[in-house]
Amino acid sequence: MLYPITTVHYLMLSAALLVIGTLGVLARRNIVVILMSIELILNAVNINLVAFARHFQNVQGQIFAIFVITVAVAEAAVGLGILIALFRNRKTVQADEIELLKW
Amino acid sequence: MVGTRFLDAIWLIPLFPLFGAVVMLLIGRKLDPQGHPHSRSSKTVVSLLCPGTVLLSFLFSIGAVVQLAGLPERVHQVIQFTWLAGLPFAGANGLARFAADWGFLLDPLSAVMILVVSGVSFVIHVYSIGYMGHEGGYYRFFGYLNLFVFFMLMLVLANNYVLMFVGWEGVGLCSYLLIGFWFHKKSAADAGKKAFIVNRIGDAGFLLGLLLMFATLGTVRFLDVNQALAHMSPEVGFGVLSAMALLLFLGATGKSAQFPLYVWLPDAMEGPTPVSALIHAATMVTAGVYMVARSNALFRLAPETALIVAVVGAFTAILAASIALVQNDIKRVLAYSTISQLGYMFMACGVGAYWVAIFHLYTHAFFKALLFLGSGSVIHALSGEQDMRRMGALRDKIPTTHWTMLAGTLAICGVPGLAGFFSKDEILWQVFNGSIWIWAVGLVTAAMTAFYMWRLMALTFYGESRVDAKVAAHIHESPRVMTLPLVVLAIGSIAAGWIGVPKLWSALPDAFRAFEHWLAPALAGEVAHGAAEPAHAAGAEWLLMALSVAVAGLGLALAWRLYQRRPAQAEALRRAAGGLYTAALNKWYVDEAYDFLFVNGLAKGGGSALVAFDDRVVDGGVNGTGWLARLTSRLSIWWDTWIVDGAVRLSSFGVKMSSFPVRLLQTGYLQGYALVFVLGVAVVLGYYLAH
Repeated sequence: MLYPITTVHYLMLSAALLVIGTLGVLARRNIVVILMSIELILNAVNINLVAFARHFQNVQGQIFAIFVITVAVAEAAVGLGILIALFRNRKTVQADEIELLKW
Repeated sequence: MVGTRFLDAIWLIPLFPLFGAVVMLLIGRKLDPQGHPHSRSSKTVVSLLCPGTVLLSFLFSIGAVVQLAGLPERVHQVIQFTWLAGLPFAGANGLARFAADWGFLLDPLSAVMILVVSGVSFVIHVYSIGYMGHEGGYYRFFGYLNLFVFFMLMLVLANNYVLMFVGWEGVGLCSYLLIGFWFHKKSAADAGKKAFIVNRIGDAGFLLGLLLMFATLGTVRFLDVNQALAHMSPEVGFGVLSAMALLLFLGATGKSAQFPLYVWLPDAMEGPTPVSALIHAATMVTAGVYMVARSNALFRLAPETALIVAVVGAFTAILAASIALVQNDIKRVLAYSTISQLGYMFMACGVGAYWVAIFHLYTHAFFKALLFLGSGSVIHALSGEQDMRRMGALRDKIPTTHWTMLAGTLAICGVPGLAGFFSKDEILWQVFNGSIWIWAVGLVTAAMTAFYMWRLMALTFYGESRVDAKVAAHIHESPRVMTLPLVVLAIGSIAAGWIGVPKLWSALPDAFRAFEHWLAPALAGEVAHGAAEPAHAAGAEWLLMALSVAVAGLGLALAWRLYQRRPAQAEALRRAAGGLYTAALNKWYVDEAYDFLFVNGLAKGGGSALVAFDDRVVDGGVNGTGWLARLTSRLSIWWDTWIVDGAVRLSSFGVKMSSFPVRLLQTGYLQGYALVFVLGVAVVLGYYLAH
């Protein structure tokens, strides 16, 4: 017998994704992976939004999630563009090797 | 009674020749015969217009003088307008305002002058038609000549010293232009420059005298000056009035070729002969005499200066006469003779006998213009020859010239009855009353005058012909347009003296002494002197007259014997005189001395001194300033580098040092910053969760 999936489950999934994403941003060196991790964080938010929309029977949260997806696409496009330009110049995508902005 | 129409139109008198001059100098080139198809007729225009304007001036002058004689006061002043109006300033007599009119004064003195100037000018203009007929620049010559007449008439008609100075400078300019008329000849151009420069020295004196006069008396108008001086008593010692008079006299020595500024006049003979006759014998050079006579009230109050005038006049007279004794150029003899005669005039001025000076000026204008024009006629006949050593026996070939020049020569020598006798004898008599030494100099000069004049006549007209064969072939008498002026002037030289016969000749009525009476109102300065003349001196005067005639005769006879009878003796005498002869021939080396002292000494020596000054002091100052500027700039660089920049760098260093710990946070590692975000969020969340 299956337990019904409640709002709490969603929130836990969301929290798990957020933690995984955050750790990915902080720990991984490859910028492509960091961007992917950011997508995880955003999707954690999306799940949150959708979960509360279902919980409150209110469609606003779902609409907001679609906005977030749209913005995330744009952000990923810009981020990857910058990354390619960076790679052409520095021949690397390792975040710890790109450290010019310092004293 | 006669009206005053001519007197009121007195301003027209100088304007006629000005009109001629303006026409000639502006459009005269169009009338120039050279290369012009209508040459003859256009030349006629010049020949009619220019002498015509002077004739008009002469006629208007006669009209004005006749009307002046009809006035009770015999003074007529016309002030056209205030010409120079200056700011007021503090003078010796309180607040004064400098003012000079454009005004004219006709009194007996200027009346004599305008008649002499316009009359003689007209005659010489006519003569120039013949003399200059073959020359280029015909229109230019007449333009300058007319301009000269304009300025000369301004000079004598002016009612104040400033306007007189305008004429004074103007005649100097015309003199320069006409001496250098043949400007392609270097000697002529140089002579023009010399005349101009030497005159500048005198003019500076005139100008200073004029300014001193204004500062002292507060006016420059002749009548007002005379009035201001009228109640002053003669100055004791050498004071401001004497200085004023001396400065004016310095101007006169320049214009009237007196020692030490006479050196320009002999060189001025480089100009065409009519110019020598008009400007450098008859009119312009007498301007100084006129000016001194015009200032008679001033010179009366300055006895020290008057003495200087007399001594300078006497010295110049004998110096120039001694040079004239040996010169070979016919015009140079006459030039030195002019200087000598001007010396006589100043002698007379110096002893206060102004009317006699003007009388001599008037007679001299006739006979010296005649002699110059005659010499021009001789030169014309000999195709330009001026050296008397290559003349001789011209008497029968150019008879009119000979007879007229003979009249002029006898007049200047002082043969009784001719013009020069009356004026020169009167000068000697007046000077005798003043100082016996000056009189003695005058007497010796009279003998020398007779000698050199007869020497000129003998070498030119008598004896054997020494003319070059080539020249001798076409000796010819001058055309009538040249001989007629000679005849007119010869008549003047013979007759002009009879209006100033000695008082001694009491048989003659007063009309024969009209000249002195005519001038008396204008020359108030000498009235006292005339009255003081000793009555018992009649015997002495006869004696002096006989003496002066005798020395003149002696000079004539000696020259006759040496140059006509026995030329060999002249040669022997010359050899015996040796160095003295050479020195006189070389004009006593005055020109050389001036060259040494002033041209080479003062001008060139001063020039090199100035160069040294420039090199050492001025350039040194410049270099020193440069060095100083470099030094200060170096100091400034040091200051800038170490102090200003140091302060800037110090503050930046301070900022750098204090920012050091903060900088350490800025690692540049993206993930480090992200970690800080996350930790920050965790802290904030933890805080909320805890509470």
